[in-house]
Amino acid sequence: MNDNVEKRRSERTVDDVFAEAMAEPDIRGRSLWMDAWHRLLKNRAAVVSGVLMILIVLAVIVGPMVAPWAGDFTDWDNTSSPPSLETGHLFGTDAVGRDILVRTLEGGRISLLVGLVATLVSLVIGISYGAIAGYYGGMTDRIMMRVVDIIYALPFMFFVILLMVVFGRHIILIFVAIGAVNWLDMARIVRGQTLSLKNTEFIEAARACGVDHRSIILRHIVPNLLGVVIVYVTLTIPQVILVESFLSFIGLGVQEPMSSWGALVNNGAQDMESAPWTLVFPAVFLTVTLYCFNYIGDGMRDALDPKDRA
Amino acid sequence: MRQEGLLQLAASRLIGLVPTLLVLITISFFLIRLAPGGPFDAEMAAPPEIRANLEAKYHLDEPLLAQYFRYLGEVIAFDFGPSFQYKDWTVNELIARGFPISATIGGLAMLLAFFAGVLIGVFAALRQNTASDYTVMGIAMLGISIPNFVVAPLLILVLAIYGGWLPASGWDWTWQRGIMPVVTLALPAIAYIARLTRGSMIEVLHSNYIRTARAKGLPERTVILRHALKPTLLPVISYMGPATAALITGSVVVERIYSIPGLGSYFVQGALNRDYTLVMGVVVFYGMIIILFNFIVDLLYAWLNPRIRYDEGE
Repeated sequence: MNDNVEKRRSERTVDDVFAEAMAEPDIRGRSLWMDAWHRLLKNRAAVVSGVLMILIVLAVIVGPMVAPWAGDFTDWDNTSSPPSLETGHLFGTDAVGRDILVRTLEGGRISLLVGLVATLVSLVIGISYGAIAGYYGGMTDRIMMRVVDIIYALPFMFFVILLMVVFGRHIILIFVAIGAVNWLDMARIVRGQTLSLKNTEFIEAARACGVDHRSIILRHIVPNLLGVVIVYVTLTIPQVILVESFLSFIGLGVQEPMSSWGALVNNGAQDMESAPWTLVFPAVFLTVTLYCFNYIGDGMRDALDPKDRA
Repeated sequence: MRQEGLLQLAASRLIGLVPTLLVLITISFFLIRLAPGGPFDAEMAAPPEIRANLEAKYHLDEPLLAQYFRYLGEVIAFDFGPSFQYKDWTVNELIARGFPISATIGGLAMLLAFFAGVLIGVFAALRQNTASDYTVMGIAMLGISIPNFVVAPLLILVLAIYGGWLPASGWDWTWQRGIMPVVTLALPAIAYIARLTRGSMIEVLHSNYIRTARAKGLPERTVILRHALKPTLLPVISYMGPATAALITGSVVVERIYSIPGLGSYFVQGALNRDYTLVMGVVVFYGMIIILFNFIVDLLYAWLNPRIRYDEGE
């Protein structure tokens, strides 16, 4: 096989080689990702989680659109009715006759949205912060990371609670509050990666070509952080969903009539003696989602970072 | 030489704690003062002169900066001031009342998490890639994924309401009332420690000195207990710092669900009632505990791991 390639290579013209060289980086660049993709597909737990996750996302998006009830519709004939086919309330209803299935799906929209947006916020802050600290190094790095260390040692959840108490319970604030507190890990990881990247030949080459710092960071460093970042994102989303649910659970998150899985679990926990289904269904959705994200994240880490596989 | 290094490390870390504490106090002070609505809003429209009297009593009429420095001074003297909501109580007294309960639950949960987690992790590592490994780790993943505010109501539902074996809520220092809160709190930590232990154990088992130990013909028991366990525990030890923080946060939920009059329930109550001094007191107090634990864990780690050098950051 190898001999064959060698032989062919000797027969080729300069133009051929040139054309091939032009095409090559494209193929190589993709093959790294393809490798990771194949490794991921071999991980059965991650694949099952991925499929389940897609189903949940679809259900959450489409479900409320096709449902016969709105989430805030109150069916006075069937309050606190158990799950049944006859009434059409497959997951039952709560104390004021709202359909648990529809509410769970609508709550899922909020929970997933918060997970995504807050993760994005922490991503943007974390990447820029970490990349700048790692790239400039020296005093800048030391001060910036000292700040991270200090914030890191603070009781994070209490600050989110304080933020919610101070600025009121607006949904956008939940995004910002969680995202703004959650960027620390990202910054640390990105900084570490940047430190090891910035001494590589291709960065040196870029610097030798006179590329300015801004472009080096944005065009050369950040894209190479992608693998680590993707893994981290999949692991951050469930954390954020959990934080939002936690806030909603203690009554500081989203407010009626909006709801999230955490708020639903909270409501359900209050009526669980008479209507356990109001607790169980949202709880199952929340847990399965977190479970899936964690497995996908694990699978991604194994796939993208085979060295680190323990 | 090594002792000296450890002492130096301890000293430098202790100095490093000061800015953290200062930031903690500063942020929480100004955040809570930014909050719309004062602590006396709930009371029936008090005549302005009474209001002024109240504000004067709590020094709320002074400029913000003066209040800040006053508070800073008080905190250094470990005095968190009177509570706004719980009349006749100082925050110190509330902390003294709630913290022993929270600390008991948290401490027991931590112990349970450490021993159960390490045991499960070692078990899974020794059976790597077998069905029992996958099962145990699947359950551990569930333990990480399932939030404690889901576990707690489910436990109450099954063990208290349907089963009737345990009291559903309340607190009276008996083991029956302690068992559900402790288990709820420990569950995610057990799962996390089990995963950490498994990963680290597998790595250690592949190292050269374990091969040497086996080659010497040592029995497997000795290899595991004498040689593999200590380095395996290193990542677990360093996790104990964040674990403390997680347990403390978790206790807020757990205390609320099981109606336990611990510090966490005071915190939530204070946050909902804008009880400035109480909220700040709890945040600062918890912050101190977390910082203290991270400090202890750092030292423990350095002591356990002779390879580590703490001179230049990483």
